[in-house]
Order: sequence, then C-alpha cells, then structure tokens
Amino acid sequence: MKVLYFAWLRTRIGTGEETVAPPASVVTAGQLLDWLAGRSEKHAEALKNRSLVRIAINQEFAGPEAPVKAGDEVALFPPVTGGSAAGPQDCCAERSGGG
Amino acid sequence: MIRVQSEDFDIGRELAALTDGRTDVGGLACFVGLVRDFVEPGAGTDTAAIRGMTLEHYPGMTEKMLADIEAEANRRWPLQASLVIHRYGTLKPGDRIVLVAATAAHREDAIQAVSFLIDWLKTKAPFWKLEDTAEGPRWVAAKESDDVLAARWLRK
Repeated sequence: MKVLYFAWLRTRIGTGEETVAPPASVVTAGQLLDWLAGRSEKHAEALKNRSLVRIAINQEFAGPEAPVKAGDEVALFPPVTGGSAAGPQDCCAERSGGG
Repeated sequence: MIRVQSEDFDIGRELAALTDGRTDVGGLACFVGLVRDFVEPGAGTDTAAIRGMTLEHYPGMTEKMLADIEAEANRRWPLQASLVIHRYGTLKPGDRIVLVAATAAHREDAIQAVSFLIDWLKTKAPFWKLEDTAEGPRWVAAKESDDVLAARWLRK
C-alpha cells in the first residue's frame, strides 16, 4: 500500500511517500491512520488532530470508515486551499528545520 | 478544458480561444485569481506581509477533481465551452494563480457557472498554499467561509 502525504503533513512527517504493509486487522482508513500514528513520534504528532486530516483513497475523497486494502494509494493531507484569497483566514506557522 | 501548469497564462489569448470562429456565443464570463501581498487585518494571529507563496498539489487527483467539477458545471448549465487553468509552484504577489471561464448563449448561465466553478474548486481541488512571510513560511489554513460559499451550490 502506498501512502502519500501533502503540505504540512509531509513536512512534519518528513516524507511525501512511503510504502507500508499494515497488519490484516487494518481494514478501514481510520484504522490505517491509527496504525500509521504508531510508526514514529513524527507520525503521531502530524496525525494527532484528525479533524485536520483529509483522506483520499485512489484519488477519491474518502471518510475514516472507508475500506482500504493492499495496493491502494492512500493520500493524507490538510483541508485544501487552492484558488485565490477570498476572506479572512487563519494561518499556522510552519516549523522550519524540523525534519 | 482543464490545465494544471507551473507557467503563467495569457488571459486575452485564453479567452479569445473560447470564442474564436463561433457566432453562437452570447456571453463569456471569467474569474482570475491572483496572489495578494497582505492578510486582512484581524484575520489571524498576525498580519505579516506576504512575499510570495508556493502552491503544492496532488498530481493526478488534481486533474481528476478539476475534470469532475467542470463536468458538473456542464451538467448544471448549458455551456458552450469551459476552461479551468490552475498554476502550481512558486508565485509572487501580483502573479495569476487561476483562470476560470465559461461561454453560453445566455450570460446568466456563463456567470453562474464561473461562480460555481471557483467556489467548488477551492474546497475540492487538492492544492495547498505555503506562504512566504517576513516571519517565515506558513501553511494557509482552509476557511469556513469557503465551505459556506461552496455549500450554497449543493443541490437540495
């Protein structure tokens, strides 16, 4: 299974892509996130606040209850911010040199 | 048509191409998004000037989502042509980020479709902005106001 990370999930975890082989007990995206969080302190920190993590399975948005299986491409990223500025916004500082 | 590219685009040329050789177009509507050099006062924890930004995206899913959004616009309004160009990479204040355009026999269809396209694009296309400010780089957080704008197009 290929896992992709984007934006601050990528910089906090320290990689944009990893190939993983979770145990058979991991059958949903939510369980995959729980399992990934146990891979390192960086993973745990980046995946701590699940309300900020969006999931795509094989390039389609999915919820934590969606099934995942070997061979899937699972992407984890923060809420998207394309287009152009519209209204007031909150920003989060990016820690430099952290990983 | 959908294009995801790092290079700039020529607004005049892109818009002209949508109507060239046609005599059935009643209206052409467009929206161009640009990199702004400020954060609105009171909008966050600080108002550091923005020196530039880097747009990251998810190659593959980006094109797929933009194509889905464009197809939905074409289902909802009788468009003659539609165009979405979104840039990625390093941009500076004043640079163009995105162009959305649509043509139709009647203006209201073109205007509504463009408004829909930009609202849905902002909440569904996998792009992320990293701003370069005097205090260092920071990831732009998604805004609730964008969700509200996108939600007004949900069908009841």
